[in-house]
Amino acid sequence: MVAGSGKAAARAASDKAFEMLLGRLLRSGVILAAAVVFVGGVWYLVQSKSEVENYKIFRGEPAELTHAAQIVRQAGSSNPLGLIQLGLLLLIATPVARVVFSVAGFAIERDWMYVVITLLVLLTLLYSLASSSLAARP
Amino acid sequence: MHLNALAFSLVVALGSFVAGFLGSLTGLGGGVVIVPLLTLLFGVDVRYAIGASLVSVIATSSGAAAAYLREGYSNMRVGMFLEIATTVGAISGAVLAAHLSTSVIAIVFGLVLLYSAYSSTQIHEEMHRGLPPDQFATLLKLDGSYPTPNGLETYHVRHVPLGFGLMYVAGVLSGLLGIGSGAVKVLAMDQAMKIPFKVSTTTSNFMIGVTAAASAGIYLRNGYIDPALAMPVMLGVLLGALTGARVLPGAKVRTLRIVFGVVIAALAVEMIFQGVKGRL
Repeated sequence: MVAGSGKAAARAASDKAFEMLLGRLLRSGVILAAAVVFVGGVWYLVQSKSEVENYKIFRGEPAELTHAAQIVRQAGSSNPLGLIQLGLLLLIATPVARVVFSVAGFAIERDWMYVVITLLVLLTLLYSLASSSLAARP
Repeated sequence: MHLNALAFSLVVALGSFVAGFLGSLTGLGGGVVIVPLLTLLFGVDVRYAIGASLVSVIATSSGAAAAYLREGYSNMRVGMFLEIATTVGAISGAVLAAHLSTSVIAIVFGLVLLYSAYSSTQIHEEMHRGLPPDQFATLLKLDGSYPTPNGLETYHVRHVPLGFGLMYVAGVLSGLLGIGSGAVKVLAMDQAMKIPFKVSTTTSNFMIGVTAAASAGIYLRNGYIDPALAMPVMLGVLLGALTGARVLPGAKVRTLRIVFGVVIAALAVEMIFQGVKGRL
């Protein structure tokens, strides 16, 4: 019993340290993403002289703003909307990175059941991000 | 309304800031008012609105995580285990969103808003004391402890399958409506699984970002995420939420929560009305 509770206390302490690390990771990811979105936003507003786009009618975004590889290319080829979209991609990647780090964290604690559970969450995330079969449009 | 891009962005950013500020003060999250704000006030199509809202939900959840985690309330194993249900649910919801009419989405949104408004006015007391251990929870190492005025207190997690099922529903709603669905997540943990309220709310916040990320990829490919619209929404909500978190320790939130609850209920009724009329 004493050994058991000692183990639980050690687990709690190691969980706590790990949670702090995850918290910092998430905050850094959000700050980076927000900075990229902000720069892209200022650039977009400086450049645009037209009236605001009509959002009343849904047309969907063009292909170059819906696929990761093309977004990166757009951001690199002086399209401010591409840069904003890149920032949003970074934002979406932040919780995914948290799950990746959690796999490592549970592995260090040798908690194999939670390594498997966390891998399941990661696979679900990667499937939703990568699989084009889930999209309504090709 | 004919606005140039700068004026439009500033007005949307300001509205989003207020939404994020109130959402963080009341614990309801900014996402719940972003969609009514964009659709009812700015006439934005529901699909663009939920795209922008989902992005802001990821930002606030991840941005606030550091502060929550420091307090030591959240339960990482409970969060991770239940994220299996919320992520699969979020995928179902995002796929469903592409096949349902915007009127149906607006009506479901209104109903979820009504529930959120109701749950925000409830008073929560820690009453899940001295419950016996549950066999599933023991197997999954879900039981934990959290700081109270009387020192660390341990708790036993109950009704794991029910909580897991409710979390799937929370995921579907998050993917369908572009919200964090924190109210349903807290319902699953606090009411069904008998997890202490503080632990439920902080663990819920921790889960919201991962849940939303599971539908974000689908939203992106379906063209719901418009950069020029998502930009002022994300920056406004994030800044508002961070400001709210700074004010929170000294704020008298009781009255504010009731006022905000009434505002949300009114928006909910309007969403349902416009949805039934087929105007959204």
